[in-house]
Amino acid sequence: MTGWFSDFMNHHATYLKWGWLQISVSNLLVILLMLSIFALAIFVPFPSHDDEKKSVHK
Amino acid sequence: MSEMWTAKLRNKWQKNLPIEKLLPDEQPAYVASWIYTFGVFTLAALASIIATGVVLAFEGPAWYHVSYIGKFFNSMHFWSVQLFFVFMVIHLWGKFWMAAWRGNRTATWMTGAVAFVASIATAFTGYLVQTNFDSQWISFEAKDGFNSMGVGAWFNVTNLGQMLLLHVAFLPLILGAITVVHVLMVRKRGVVPPIDEVPDSLVEVKS
Repeated sequence: MTGWFSDFMNHHATYLKWGWLQISVSNLLVILLMLSIFALAIFVPFPSHDDEKKSVHK
Repeated sequence: MSEMWTAKLRNKWQKNLPIEKLLPDEQPAYVASWIYTFGVFTLAALASIIATGVVLAFEGPAWYHVSYIGKFFNSMHFWSVQLFFVFMVIHLWGKFWMAAWRGNRTATWMTGAVAFVASIATAFTGYLVQTNFDSQWISFEAKDGFNSMGVGAWFNVTNLGQMLLLHVAFLPLILGAITVVHVLMVRKRGVVPPIDEVPDSLVEVKS
């Protein structure tokens, strides 16, 4: 593995600390990603056959 | 003459899970939401994990650590697991907040919870059998944890043979069986409606 990616990966994980709470940046990013997908799954409208019919009639 | 056990089992199956319920071609309108798709996404990731895992098992570490195609399958196996857990956790959040155990669906919820725990055990043994420095580090950290619980003699995380057999033989069978039961329970009871969609009295499914 060469280049910027190996430089990026080849060091200790960065940790964030707030008092008793400690979490690595990578774990925090994965949790935030899952929360974002969860929110999108709730709020983004699901495509339906009615939408397809409407777009065809237009 | 009493009925044979085969006939009893067949009649019970047909009463509880007729083929129309097992392979439906229609779903309730409330299912048209992205949050209802994450169970199937989880199953798709599991199918990818099993398929790539079978290839890895046949070819062995001398192949998947060295050749480019072997590394590709190894990575596919690893990243399928990452997606599997992301999808499963979002599926779990969705079902928790819609209280998916309503309407006589307790067993569906419980089998899902047990599948989650079995997945963690399977993934953990997978991390232990990577046969690299990462797995060496994880196993020696975990060894202290298991010894502190007093179970290190029976579940020795530094025993590669034991962990490999648990990962490729025992745990996938357990997880596979629980998943099949979970999906059959979903088909039997139907997909749970959102809390604000239908009054609870209309959601009840008779056992």
